[in-house]
Amino acid sequence: MAVINKEVIIVGGGPGGLAAAAELKKKGLDNILIIEREKQLGGILRQCIHDGFGLTRFQQTLSGPEYAQKFIDEVNELGIEYITDSTVLDITSDKKIIVVSKNGLLEYQAKAVILTMGCRERTRGALGIPGTRPTGVYTAGVAQAYVNLKNTMVGREVIILGSGDIGMIMARRMTLEGAHVQAVFEIQPYPSGLPRNIEQCLNDYNIPLYLSHTVTDIKSKARLEGVTISEVDANMQPIPGTEKDFKCDTLILSVGLIPENELSLKAGVELDTRTKGAIVDENYHTSADGIFAAGNVLHVHDLVDFVSIESENMADAVCEYIRKGELQKCNINIETDNNIGYSVPQKVSGMKDFKLSMRVRKPFKNCTIEVIQDDEIIAKKKFIKAIPAEMTRINIKKDNLMSQSSIKVVVRND
Amino acid sequence: MTREFTCIICPNGCEIAATIENNIVVKTEGGLCKKGEEYVVQEITAPKRTISSSIKVISGDFPLVSVRLSNFIPKEKIFEVMNEIKKIEVEAPTHIGQIVIENVLGLGSDVVITKNICKQQ
Repeated sequence: MAVINKEVIIVGGGPGGLAAAAELKKKGLDNILIIEREKQLGGILRQCIHDGFGLTRFQQTLSGPEYAQKFIDEVNELGIEYITDSTVLDITSDKKIIVVSKNGLLEYQAKAVILTMGCRERTRGALGIPGTRPTGVYTAGVAQAYVNLKNTMVGREVIILGSGDIGMIMARRMTLEGAHVQAVFEIQPYPSGLPRNIEQCLNDYNIPLYLSHTVTDIKSKARLEGVTISEVDANMQPIPGTEKDFKCDTLILSVGLIPENELSLKAGVELDTRTKGAIVDENYHTSADGIFAAGNVLHVHDLVDFVSIESENMADAVCEYIRKGELQKCNINIETDNNIGYSVPQKVSGMKDFKLSMRVRKPFKNCTIEVIQDDEIIAKKKFIKAIPAEMTRINIKKDNLMSQSSIKVVVRND
Repeated sequence: MTREFTCIICPNGCEIAATIENNIVVKTEGGLCKKGEEYVVQEITAPKRTISSSIKVISGDFPLVSVRLSNFIPKEKIFEVMNEIKKIEVEAPTHIGQIVIENVLGLGSDVVITKNICKQQ
């Protein structure tokens, strides 16, 4: 098998990979390849037919396919090479990539590898919901693919578990297509999706949202016939005696997304247990030399606009890496207190301005997120409300850094 | 009286507290921009929404193509507009921006294709 040499190989042709490719080419890198496992570029945006994309990046509201097409057009206009219907089987720490495609097995050698594989959905198995295993139980994204891409209606009497954004968007979509969505149940005491989706996807269609509730039984052997819902206590344990039965033929799960990092692990990339994505520095450089990650494979985003922007920032660093053969060492660790779920990047050099992305662990009203080094506040941002559903970004100037000691991100109630 | 609104215009999703007297908005608080106040006024007078759906494609390489409205429509017309959208089919190829229903139900909004679908090989 002849080895094909590429300067940069991008694994995944969704919004992250497309934005990275266009930026690399504009910065003067020519020998780039995007590898996509689906038949078309665009990733998950192909099935996200609702609008609301692009307000930050393009100052207009677009549907997912339109947003993706802007980048696909750019990739085509710039003459960037891509292969579709091609699955990466292996990435090694010395940046060899094995691909299975219609042309058989291909072997590539890259100088830098960009990981933009996105994420996948948490399933019933991961939650351990008791009961039988009938048909009619779908993750929200799978239901979305059936309805929006394959012209297949998944059911008529619907219960949704989890208040993730895709679940709420599917509640509206199923309602528009004639299904009856009875309710959305969320195990946490607060919603996990964006407030605007609660408003325009649930409230607009009189679909109730019950917090601190979960599914505790799934019934029937062939097609789903009903579920049992229970209230949960402060420790998210079902409260005996609160069980209620609901008849339904469909249960849609919108219970979280997990960055898809099996290939990253093969390449020796170290993961963060909080984000389930790579540990990266300000250059989006992982622990494996020459391997970079951005977008949902790094940490789950709520807006695609920020995936594009993050990927473009990463691409700039990849260019620097290709030209210089190395990047500034990053020895300043970034830590978070218990009120912050995670922050990305996890390490910085102190030699560059950087953007810190993070999520609070629970809802706050009137709070300030402070970034502290050597007991000095080096950056802060005030919030009327901060919620886990919304990713927060804080710009930090290198001139504000005090030293090479670690940085801590904390939440203070005002 | 004071009423709470969640603005749906952008992903900020501002929580706006509006003081309303005789169906007129006299004060709003909590919005990050002036669109929030416009949204509140619209919500208490004539709420408007936009919708997305999909229509069948004849001889395309995919069975469906996505569509959306070019403009907001009255909220209470959503299901009537959906019925119009369900009636139509389109021949492949399709291109983004192609209008499949002009001025749907006379509401001043077009139904527009949002995906390029190729003719089946």
